[in-house]
Amino acid sequence: MTTPKTLFQKVWERHEVVPETPDTPAVLYIDLHLIHEVTTPQAFAELRARGLPVRRPDRTLGTLDHSTPTKTEQVFGGAPIAIESAARQVRELEANCAAFGVELLGMRSPLRGIVHVVGPELGLTQPGKTIVCGDSHTSTHGAFGALAFGIGTTEVGHVLATQCLLQRKPRTLAINVGGRLGAGVTAKDLILAIIGRIGVGGGTGHVIEYRGETIRALDMDERMTVCNMSIEAGARAGMIAPDETTYAYLSGRPRAPRGAEWERALERWRTLATDPGARFDREVEIDASNVEPMITYGTNPGMSVPVTGCVPRRDGDPAFERALAYMGLEAGAPLAERPVNVVFVGSCTNSRLSDLRAAARVLRGRRVARGVRMLVVPGSQQVKAAAEAEGLHRVFIEAGADWRESGCSMCIGMNGDTVARGEYSVSTSNRNFEGRQGAGSRTLLASPLTAAACAVRGRITDPRELLQ
Amino acid sequence: MTPLRTIRSRTVVLPAANIDTDQIIPARFLTTTTRSGLGRRLFADWRYAPDGAPRPEFALNRPEAAGCSILVAGRNFGCGSSREHAPWALVDYGIRAVVSTEIADIFRSNALKNGLLPVVVDEATSAWLIDHPGAEVTLDVETTTLALPTGERVPFPLEPFARYCLLNGVDELGFLLAQMPQIAAYEQATGA
Repeated sequence: MTTPKTLFQKVWERHEVVPETPDTPAVLYIDLHLIHEVTTPQAFAELRARGLPVRRPDRTLGTLDHSTPTKTEQVFGGAPIAIESAARQVRELEANCAAFGVELLGMRSPLRGIVHVVGPELGLTQPGKTIVCGDSHTSTHGAFGALAFGIGTTEVGHVLATQCLLQRKPRTLAINVGGRLGAGVTAKDLILAIIGRIGVGGGTGHVIEYRGETIRALDMDERMTVCNMSIEAGARAGMIAPDETTYAYLSGRPRAPRGAEWERALERWRTLATDPGARFDREVEIDASNVEPMITYGTNPGMSVPVTGCVPRRDGDPAFERALAYMGLEAGAPLAERPVNVVFVGSCTNSRLSDLRAAARVLRGRRVARGVRMLVVPGSQQVKAAAEAEGLHRVFIEAGADWRESGCSMCIGMNGDTVARGEYSVSTSNRNFEGRQGAGSRTLLASPLTAAACAVRGRITDPRELLQ
Repeated sequence: MTPLRTIRSRTVVLPAANIDTDQIIPARFLTTTTRSGLGRRLFADWRYAPDGAPRPEFALNRPEAAGCSILVAGRNFGCGSSREHAPWALVDYGIRAVVSTEIADIFRSNALKNGLLPVVVDEATSAWLIDHPGAEVTLDVETTTLALPTGERVPFPLEPFARYCLLNGVDELGFLLAQMPQIAAYEQATGA
């Protein structure tokens, strides 16, 4: 009998070009390399300096998302990209992809979007693949049972040149989730609760596998939200074993296997799940039935409480006190009813069609409160088209929200979509670090339901109050 | 890269835990297409007031921090984004090593590729260093030890291949390119 293996071990072993030794890391083969404008210019420059080609342009796909405008006139013409340095990055990726023969989902492509939205949407993200990108939220693709992780620009160069990376095998962490999520409680609330439990460094050095009945019951969009924020717990990657939900999502996608190839792929994918009796280095149990709609109050994603709760007290912790001072919040004070200035629905965490539907469910027939600025940014041009086909854009526009072209937008604030100094932003994105949405911005992370409820009331609101 | 054998310097201390890469280099400075010149943006929102004036109370702005090349920081340094601009900014500023009880995975990997030494030490050593800003410390890559001015020597973990690359000033790409026959064989065997 062979030793039982985890999902991670199986994917890892199938991609070892050269296994690791005490003196050298493994040479790990990369099936799919996603690239974008911000973390690649220096890597292409390195290739040029060494006279190297891109080894496998057919395994490389570029998109424009991070510093890309979301205003229609800047995307489709009529106005130049407002930030000149961002425009230069866009032009540089266009030139690099053309010169090295890499496919680019260009500025006006109907397939363009946030890198972690377009990979799955096209069916390129598949079970058992190794996927990397110069972006930490590459962990998103683990929702399909892929081993997917973020890399730096030097490593982007390594993959462009060799299709491989030098890697030490990480440890494994099982997060077993049982119990049903309550009404108005979403995958975003679950992952915020998990990070709150294990801490922002709780996954360092590990690949997480999310397991259990609660995870099995999530749809693919929800699984992506969970895996997306694995990095916010410090984990190298997050994975979920593929199952019928995964196959149903992928079936018929333009770049998923077809016909006999699809059958062969299914056969392979069905062998990926963790074997009974396989050992993880660590295990954590989570009861989803206790999770409530969550919101962050501090300056890292581990600092969250139920939206009905109070800012905790942690006397004598200078980092905690600094975070509260930055956020302008007091220990022990309730969060509900605090006024908000900005609401952002978008980002690789929560910008898929189901996220927009959730926000629209709350906003339908209601208006964004006076004095609140709401931005809704679909994850891709395909998500945008699908949302418009079912009239969601009208719900947002009639409510008084701004409906934009796809991109990272206000999650990272590189393209001019920013939150002003001192303003409170309830955001469906993934990071509430100081200044993340603009210098001096104060971010409160929440689900699309909660964000939309806060927009309607203009105050921090439990979405369940608006869902009856 | 130039070989890195030892670093001897006074320390500059940022005791906060979970210093993320958005603090090390805010996203608005990532629209650059080169690696150079980011040192002046290092910790931009902590170093400078909104009007651009240096904040005199910030550790890196104090006169005694001038010339320090070892940064001591709280737990989980470098968490967050994969931006290599973070080690680029640190190195460009003059930092050669970061000492903490925990260093985030992607930051650690990026640091090593830029000759920036990530040094993980135990709680007691970290607490001593945080309590003694400006302490003269020696980091030895050969023996992977940190020497405190008290005479104590503390070992730190360093992956053997990363150590080899630092000591010899070689980069990983050369090693990977030498694996090309194995990579081609893998592609052929797996149909990749």
